[in-house]
Amino acid sequence: MSGTRVLIVDDSSVMRKIVERALRQAGLDLNRVLEAGSGREGLAVLEREQVDLIVSDINMPNMDGLEFLRQVQSRSLARGVPVVMITTESGEEHVREALAAGAQGYIRKPFTPDQVRDRVLPLLVPA
Amino acid sequence: MAALSGTATEIAQFAKDLDRAADEVFSTMVGVRCLPAELETASERETISAVIGLAGAISGSLVLHGGRRAAMRIAERLTGEAPESLDATVRDAIGEVCNMVAGAWKGFNSMLASACLLSTPTVVAGTSYELFSQRAPVRIERTYSFEEFTLTVTIFCELPC
Repeated sequence: MSGTRVLIVDDSSVMRKIVERALRQAGLDLNRVLEAGSGREGLAVLEREQVDLIVSDINMPNMDGLEFLRQVQSRSLARGVPVVMITTESGEEHVREALAAGAQGYIRKPFTPDQVRDRVLPLLVPA
Repeated sequence: MAALSGTATEIAQFAKDLDRAADEVFSTMVGVRCLPAELETASERETISAVIGLAGAISGSLVLHGGRRAAMRIAERLTGEAPESLDATVRDAIGEVCNMVAGAWKGFNSMLASACLLSTPTVVAGTSYELFSQRAPVRIERTYSFEEFTLTVTIFCELPC
């Protein structure tokens, strides 16, 4: 996959950096990395930018990841763009809730680059 | 689903799960083992504490506490850049590590995984401060070592009657 534009949504700048590094280690050629510190900021980015992948945390102030995802769907932003949730929440209910809100993948923190590769790359294979 | 009872066996299992969670987070994200230590956390003038609130099946908090040098080393290993002080990046890094330890810890217990909610982290850094939990009949404190550093993780909690 070459030239992937990714939006990383996480209230932690350290975690955004770690996710970017993990995506690169997973083999993605990132040609643009956009960052947002909350769901609200993430929506603002999507109003003006095109992306190929969204990676979002769930627990965030100023609009959590699930509400962000619902807003992305209801506003028809980033249509067809895969969304992967990366979160400390590991319960089955949280996974179901994220998938029901429109996520295509779910990665639990802590994560390895291999886990990121296995969950993300299949979503980016051209149809 | 059985309810949490707060028996000695259950509390001991909480401690074992905490050991496992700390090591998993450090091994996976920080790149070093983090194992229980007999030593006390090194006394430093400047320290940092991250607090994650626990609510739902269990209520209380999980606190990660360490000295300046340990915190800066964790941030360096997470970001690849050596900080010069307990700056915003170090505070962010310690908050995230605490968050991941709390998430991994509750994930090991089927009664907590979906039924215990975590707050976003609150981080306190400085000198001469103490953290108190006013209503916490259960206190599990574990000291860990990684490289030449030590840190302490404490769970203050109250189980439903």
